[in-house]
Amino acid sequence: MAEKIGVYVCHCGSNIAGKVDVEDIAKWAGENLDDVAVSRDYKFMCSSLGQQMIEEDIKKEKLTRVVVGACSPHLHEKTFRRACSNAGMNPYLMDLTNIREHCSWVHKDRAQATEKARALISAAVQRVKYQEPLEPMFVDVNPATLVIGGGIAGLQAALELADAGYHVYLVERMPSIGGHMAQFDKTFPTLDCSACILTPKMSEAGQHENITLLTYAELEEVSGSVGSFKVKIRQKARCVDYDACTGCGICVEKCPRKVLDTEFEAGMGNRKAIYMPFPQAVPRVPVIDQDSCIWFERQKCRACEKLCPTDAIKFDQQDELIDIEVGNIIIATGWKPFDSKKIPQYGYGRLANVYTSMEFERLCNAAGPTNGKIVMRDGKTVPKSIAIVHCVGSRDDRHNPYCSGVCCMASLKFGHLVLEKTDAEVYSFYIDMRTNQKNYEEFYQRLLGEGMRFVRGKVSEVTDAARMPTEQGKLIVQCEDTLIGRQQRYPVDMVILMGALEPQEDARELGLKCGISCSMDGWYTERHPKLDPVATMTDGVFVAGTCQGPKDIPASVAQGAAAAARVAGMITKGRVMIEPIVATINEQACSGCKICNNMCPYNAIEFLEDPGVSRVITALCKGCGTCVAACPAGVITGAHFNNKQIFSEIEGILWDALQPADDSSPQAEPVPASAS
Amino acid sequence: MKYAYYPGCSLESGSAAYDMSVRAVIEQLGFGLDELDDWNCCGATEYFSQNELVATSVIARNLALVDDQHDQLVAPCAACFLNLKKTDKLMAEQPKIRAKVDQALAAGGLRYQPGRVHVRHLLDVLYTDIGEEAIRAKVVQPLTGLRVAPYYGCQIVRPLNGFDNPEYPMKLDEMFTWLGAEVVDYPVKAHCCGGHMTQISEEHAFELIRRLLQSAADYRADLILCMCPMCQLNMDMYQGRVNNFFNTKFKLPIVYFTQMLGVALGIDMKKLGFGKELVAAEPVIRAKLEGQMAAATK
Amino acid sequence: MVAESHAAHLSQFMKDVIADTPGGQKVVHCLQCGSCGGSCPNGSEMDFTPRAVFAMIAADRRDAVLQANTMWQCVSCYLCTARCPQEIPITEIMYALKRMAIREGKAGGSDAPALAKTFTDFVDRYGRSFEFGIATRYLLFNKPLSMLKMGGAGMSMFAKGRLALTPTKIRQVKQLQAIIDKARELSNED
Ligand SMILES: Cc1cc2nc3c(=O)[nH]c(=O)nc-3n(C[C@H](O)[C@H](O)[C@H](O)COP(=O)(O)OP(=O)(O)OC[C@H]3O[C@@H](n4cnc5c(N)ncnc54)[C@H](O)[C@@H]3O)c2cc1C
Ligand code: SF4
Ligand code: SF4
Ligand code: SF4
Ligand code: SF4
Ligand code: SF4
Ligand code: SF4
Repeated sequence: MAEKIGVYVCHCGSNIAGKVDVEDIAKWAGENLDDVAVSRDYKFMCSSLGQQMIEEDIKKEKLTRVVVGACSPHLHEKTFRRACSNAGMNPYLMDLTNIREHCSWVHKDRAQATEKARALISAAVQRVKYQEPLEPMFVDVNPATLVIGGGIAGLQAALELADAGYHVYLVERMPSIGGHMAQFDKTFPTLDCSACILTPKMSEAGQHENITLLTYAELEEVSGSVGSFKVKIRQKARCVDYDACTGCGICVEKCPRKVLDTEFEAGMGNRKAIYMPFPQAVPRVPVIDQDSCIWFERQKCRACEKLCPTDAIKFDQQDELIDIEVGNIIIATGWKPFDSKKIPQYGYGRLANVYTSMEFERLCNAAGPTNGKIVMRDGKTVPKSIAIVHCVGSRDDRHNPYCSGVCCMASLKFGHLVLEKTDAEVYSFYIDMRTNQKNYEEFYQRLLGEGMRFVRGKVSEVTDAARMPTEQGKLIVQCEDTLIGRQQRYPVDMVILMGALEPQEDARELGLKCGISCSMDGWYTERHPKLDPVATMTDGVFVAGTCQGPKDIPASVAQGAAAAARVAGMITKGRVMIEPIVATINEQACSGCKICNNMCPYNAIEFLEDPGVSRVITALCKGCGTCVAACPAGVITGAHFNNKQIFSEIEGILWDALQPADDSSPQAEPVPASAS
Repeated sequence: MKYAYYPGCSLESGSAAYDMSVRAVIEQLGFGLDELDDWNCCGATEYFSQNELVATSVIARNLALVDDQHDQLVAPCAACFLNLKKTDKLMAEQPKIRAKVDQALAAGGLRYQPGRVHVRHLLDVLYTDIGEEAIRAKVVQPLTGLRVAPYYGCQIVRPLNGFDNPEYPMKLDEMFTWLGAEVVDYPVKAHCCGGHMTQISEEHAFELIRRLLQSAADYRADLILCMCPMCQLNMDMYQGRVNNFFNTKFKLPIVYFTQMLGVALGIDMKKLGFGKELVAAEPVIRAKLEGQMAAATK
Repeated sequence: MVAESHAAHLSQFMKDVIADTPGGQKVVHCLQCGSCGGSCPNGSEMDFTPRAVFAMIAADRRDAVLQANTMWQCVSCYLCTARCPQEIPITEIMYALKRMAIREGKAGGSDAPALAKTFTDFVDRYGRSFEFGIATRYLLFNKPLSMLKMGGAGMSMFAKGRLALTPTKIRQVKQLQAIIDKARELSNED
């Protein structure tokens, strides 16, 4: 075979060259590997000069294949494919092998890292010989978009797209959109009223002609890929006819069953069995909580049904599955609060006047259970002193190693609200004061001026075990004041635990459905942490807001808008390229056993009754290879990953163990039974 | 699973009541516990303060003495439990230390394969292996009306326990609800008793002891249950001096949890070592369980 | 965890502490949060809280730390270790500091080393200890006055048969001593 292969080994500055002897490998490949016509190393292969070098070589040396040894294909496969295309070579005749993440970044020993890189280059050279030219496929982008999560980030994304004239399905699992922001009283650092700035956006979304609001609904299933996703949404049974209900609220008012509201009111207030989470809820259509309703419990009551002026109550309503088709998906599912009971020494759940931050938000809220009066659990006593405990479940290897980013500011906000509304002393117990956004440090200064007290030390425990008469009947906060180096005890009336922001319970599961992954901490992984923060590794799936990592409202809004802009760009372009890396069934040889039909995780194989064979629906196939391995007749081929390519890659890796190839062709090697 | 028993030095003399009650209770529950032959001192905290390798080797001798017939080593004393467990872990995780300990043991003709013996605290064995059903079935004298304050102290629940919450343990609380007692949920149940602080800074030690007694008294406990000889010693023997020092009037009996478990199982109080504590427990127990106790003995 | 290649940048004292503490590398991650100092039952009695000690170790203030009473006030309750958000083995570091202070002859200010020595001498000889006897002996030699204060309680303990006068001796004392001798010898090697 007279292939002419160019090998390009990248230094990546010192990222690779620091641990891998790139010059030696380039030289070695040029001298020892068959069919290598050119072999070079270069400081930054992805730079325009690097790409130019490859392009010129292809033209001048008439290269037929290219191997690049550099970083992850996630990062630069497109770059090098484009360079090959530019020079007139089919881009699928290029192989990028990763000697950075797989070698230099993970190995300590230079010699061993170099040997591994050498083996990977050798593997790529062997494989690339058998790569086949492929033609990219294009699909039209469906201009509709699915936004999952109706918090501030999702709302922003939905409104941007809807205003640009594109249709949006906004799916929210609670009965109303709004997210956490709807629960807040004021927002730092400006202290504007949260409802005042949020509700206009909520009602706009509720009324927008381009937005289909699906509340009390969750994502069931996603198939297809960028440009044309098919999505199943589960609309949970509200037991209220959405179209008939006028939102008059009579049912809620008359419902005799009151239960603790652990969701919107964070356990600080009650709601009825039929409820709208809060007065400004969008949509204004209540839901019946079937676990609390008397009718569902013992077939009594039906007061709501009797009194509803529009006969909208439908006890027998069932969950409904709704099929929609969209071109892109934006995930904006936000965060959930840390469970403060996991730190028993802070007494939450045992000591009545220890509160979580979300409980305190409700307590402060003018529309909350106490109309914004800050009182203790007895409902009347105004506290004389309040301790705010920072970093509860954050910056703690036993819980979450990361900083939640917003709780220092939220503490300052609470401090201000307490000082404004009561005569109480407020203490903040902090490790580091993190106020690093616009106007945040100024807010800290403001609170210093307002008389909030600051103690630098992580709280060790909150206890009711008094040691002195002055501590009797108080909650005692014990910590080291690290600035004076002494252990101190502060008797207070109320304690607020600033719990961490955590990923949603079902974040991984939802990510899996959409084909994206989470970091170790459980936040969604963006395509690039600096340069591509709202895209993901899956084309057509974007993330926005706190589901990608803790952040404040301004940053969540910015990400919502950014994700919308990315989607709008795709829609405007109208067509997207999808990888031609798909499976094909040799229909002449297919025995029609149908084994592959059910194996395909993407439902991409159909059975053609007439000739009695299976066929891959190319637009749905993701090239995962499951069917290739499953077919008992061995008649399915995975493009770009066929047996020949894989086996020669393995031989390439084992270059030093194998005899130099003279007459042994890859097919002569024993082939595992399942692959033949 | 077969259990070897490591009583530890304290149980030989100062805490004989613990040893007596452990043996009596285990027998009553029909459970096998074989004393480890020729065991030596676990070194308390003292060897580790001087020489880590000597500490580890001295303790490892005990692990090496556990024969093939046994795979569990049960210690009732907090310090022994921790030291035995820590040594097993050190040997498993620190190859450099293990190599030297191996040599030291070899000098005595012994060897130990880390991980072979599971070091367990007695409470864990009673709670987990014997369990609620078996214990409930043998209760003949429910502790109804007796307010007990379970005291865990430090070294059993921290740091290597793996069987209960290190900050707010509950296993002993639960066990005593099986026995019908009123369990006092007081905040200092895993706070420090001062350990050997009595010998370093007596006044500070008194303060630590006072905090425990105060909290138990605030929560109206009739007695404190403990599971470590050091805790018992500090709260019992020093209770009088704490009273003198702070001008308080605590009169809280400090008994081993196995003693009270024994009472619930209907074992004679003499066999459980009652009477050895300085703040007498028997009158308090009898007063609370009166009527019932008479009935049970008949 | 500090990569070995980074250890070169640490203070000498920090390097020594790490070398003497199993799992000690974590100490470089101390956040200076004060959970340890705030939790310690004896924190109020310490010259420097554990947190401050870790800052001083980083700053190479060897003598100030080894002469301080901090580690001698530690009773190994492990509360700090259980709470440290960085999972630093604080109690084990306290043991290491005790060993270093003894080794470098800087433990002068505390009675605790003498107590520890009395204890281990007994175990070396008998294989078992008898804590009350040890306490008495220690007090007799080091703090005769406090013996008098103990008076009443001590007598009652004796009367109740809780105060042994001699420890039991294990059968194979020789074997134990061989192990101890070997371990001592090996620990002097480095
Ligand atoms: C105590 C406290 C006070 C704060 N105060 C401020 C402040 O004053 N100023 C400020 O800038 N920031 C503040 N923050 C931060 C603020 O809460 C976040 O920045 C903001 O909530 C992020 O919005 P989001 O849309 O990303 O997420 P969220 O508000 O959490 O919204 C996510 C939405 O997605 C929905 N959802 C989740 N999973 C699914 C699913 N599987 N299917 C469908 N829907 C789903 C949720 O129900 C929710 O409606 C505070 C945080 C805390 C803890
Ligand atoms: S039937 Fe259920 S929801 Fe309706 S009023 Fe009665 S309890 Fe409320
Ligand atoms: S009474 Fe009927 S119309 Fe009014 S809010 Fe309830 S369900 Fe809707
Ligand atoms: S923002 Fe402040 S309180 Fe929140 S985790 Fe970070 S440092 Fe702690
Ligand atoms: S490769 Fe086969 S199994 Fe995988 S998606 Fe394509 S058709 Fe389905
Ligand atoms: S282990 Fe020592 S330093 Fe740590 S809290 Fe307990 S007594 Fe204090
Ligand atoms: S608790 Fe841990 S991190 Fe915090 S100061 Fe102490 S050692 Fe450092």
